[in-house]
Amino acid sequence: MRARSIGLGLVVAAVVAFPLVAGPYPVKLLQEILIWGIFAMSLDLLMGYAGMVSFGHSAFFGIGAYTAALLLSKWPGLLAALGAPALAAAVGALVIGFLSIRVGGVYFIMLTLAFSQMFFALTFQNAFLGAEDGITSVPRPHVFGLRIAALGAFHVYLLAIVGAAALFLHSIVRAPFGHVLRGIHDNEERMQAVGYPVARYKLLAFVIAGTVAGVAGSLYTQFVGSISPDAFLWTTSGEALLMVIIGGTGTLNGAWLGAAAFILLQSLVSSYTERWMLILGLTFVLFVLFAPGGIVGALRGRVGVRS
Amino acid sequence: MLVVSDVFAQALNGLAYGVLLFLLSVGLTLIFGMLDIVNLAHGSYYMLGAYAGVTVLMMTDSFWLALVVAPVAVGLVGAVVERLCLRPLYRRGPLDQVLLTFGLIYLFEDLVKWIWGGRVRSIPAPALLTTSVNVLGATVPSYRVFVIVFGLAVAVALWLLVEKTRLGAVIRAAVFDSEMAAGMGIPIDRVFTGVFAFGAGLAGLSGVIAGPIQSAAPSIGATILIPALIVVVVGGLGSLKGSLVGSLIIGQAETFGKAWLPGASMLMIYAVMALVLTLRPQGLFGRPLK
Repeated sequence: MRARSIGLGLVVAAVVAFPLVAGPYPVKLLQEILIWGIFAMSLDLLMGYAGMVSFGHSAFFGIGAYTAALLLSKWPGLLAALGAPALAAAVGALVIGFLSIRVGGVYFIMLTLAFSQMFFALTFQNAFLGAEDGITSVPRPHVFGLRIAALGAFHVYLLAIVGAAALFLHSIVRAPFGHVLRGIHDNEERMQAVGYPVARYKLLAFVIAGTVAGVAGSLYTQFVGSISPDAFLWTTSGEALLMVIIGGTGTLNGAWLGAAAFILLQSLVSSYTERWMLILGLTFVLFVLFAPGGIVGALRGRVGVRS
Repeated sequence: MLVVSDVFAQALNGLAYGVLLFLLSVGLTLIFGMLDIVNLAHGSYYMLGAYAGVTVLMMTDSFWLALVVAPVAVGLVGAVVERLCLRPLYRRGPLDQVLLTFGLIYLFEDLVKWIWGGRVRSIPAPALLTTSVNVLGATVPSYRVFVIVFGLAVAVALWLLVEKTRLGAVIRAAVFDSEMAAGMGIPIDRVFTGVFAFGAGLAGLSGVIAGPIQSAAPSIGATILIPALIVVVVGGLGSLKGSLVGSLIIGQAETFGKAWLPGASMLMIYAVMALVLTLRPQGLFGRPLK
């Protein structure tokens, strides 16, 4: 346990100090990993703990991203960068969650997928939201009077938000609420019989995951400086899902590993060959066939963490 | 009268699109019903069919040969995928299947870019069908009429196959309860492979006949999946009748949305789906949810 906390501390220190030793390109890669990592982690709360496989998590990523893009041009403060996107994503998750959690399994996958595609259609054809080009040249916010446009300043800002969100998700999982979610995952009927309002728990988990995803989307807008309807595309949800599964479902921290594996593989392979999609696709296929427990599962030395 | 014939022409366009969706969604709904998996790569077979059609057409200059050869080739690809990749996953959870079929989308998309290049291709309609015909006052490209007739003929043939033959009874049994069917001595493994290959082949077929109407690009595998999934949800998982009715509804919704609500046309099919699911969560012809 002690060795583990020391190791964790070293990793965190390395991530914090990374811009001091590395050039701009690796730092940007790390920042991208952090943003996708927290997005994937919020999905893992649904998948790995509540047992709700959502294929529409991009809806909340996109809502957060678009809210930030719309507001930051006019009011470049923390409210536009963090508060409003989180709130908008929470409201979106409340509505979509309310309509989706009535059904389970494959129907839940399809419903969430359809809702996220609906947002894609909406933004793709809406002139006010920039239609298919999206919203460009979004400024980074001022925080406590400081402008965080520079790479290093943005790194600190990003780490603070991502770190807080990750701690928040970890504390939720450890709280009684997280145990109830796992109980629902294991046996929904039993939890219902014991007297837990299962639907309300599931909805709350959906809203929490959606809110964090909205924050991730907002950070993504600030990171790239623009946002397009592609953020809502079902493949965005699919990629987050891949990251969770690659890292290991139900581990939270596996999401970092999954995001890192995905983004590093993509940038590494694409610098050598144009055929990165082929190699990425092949990797997933082989991964499922031969390493079903994800990276965390493989590290733990046992195959098939979940069946 | 102009307005009526206009509406009629739109309806025929919608019918042609609906027929395409039907061929695509048949495999999807059968695979859902039988194997309980979300086959995200199903749209890729549509895309593979279109490109296989392009190649056959380039080599032989015969659209009709492409119409036969391409689906068979895609069906074979489907059989290989089922044997090599999906078979080991039947006992695992849906997540692994989602991950694997998602990986297959990437794989197929890039493979097609590699072999055929990334540019948009289209299949010219056969010379016989390049004219327009007058149907009840509406001018319709004769190729669309062919698509409608051909698709409906396939639908009838499918219905006869599934409802009136012994093989059809076996498939229905496997869709309804595969374990029970296996217990009755049906070689369920071969039925799985066969139906998967058949579904992939039909998706390939729809890719070929869509060629002259919608052009083919490597990314259509991922985009065409969404309307096909919506058809399956609206019609009800595992229901052939649902897949036909769902396709025709979504085909009309999409076409009339484009004509009448150009600013929100893409939303139409989602609105239809939301409406159906609110009234009947299991879809129009699906088995009631537990």
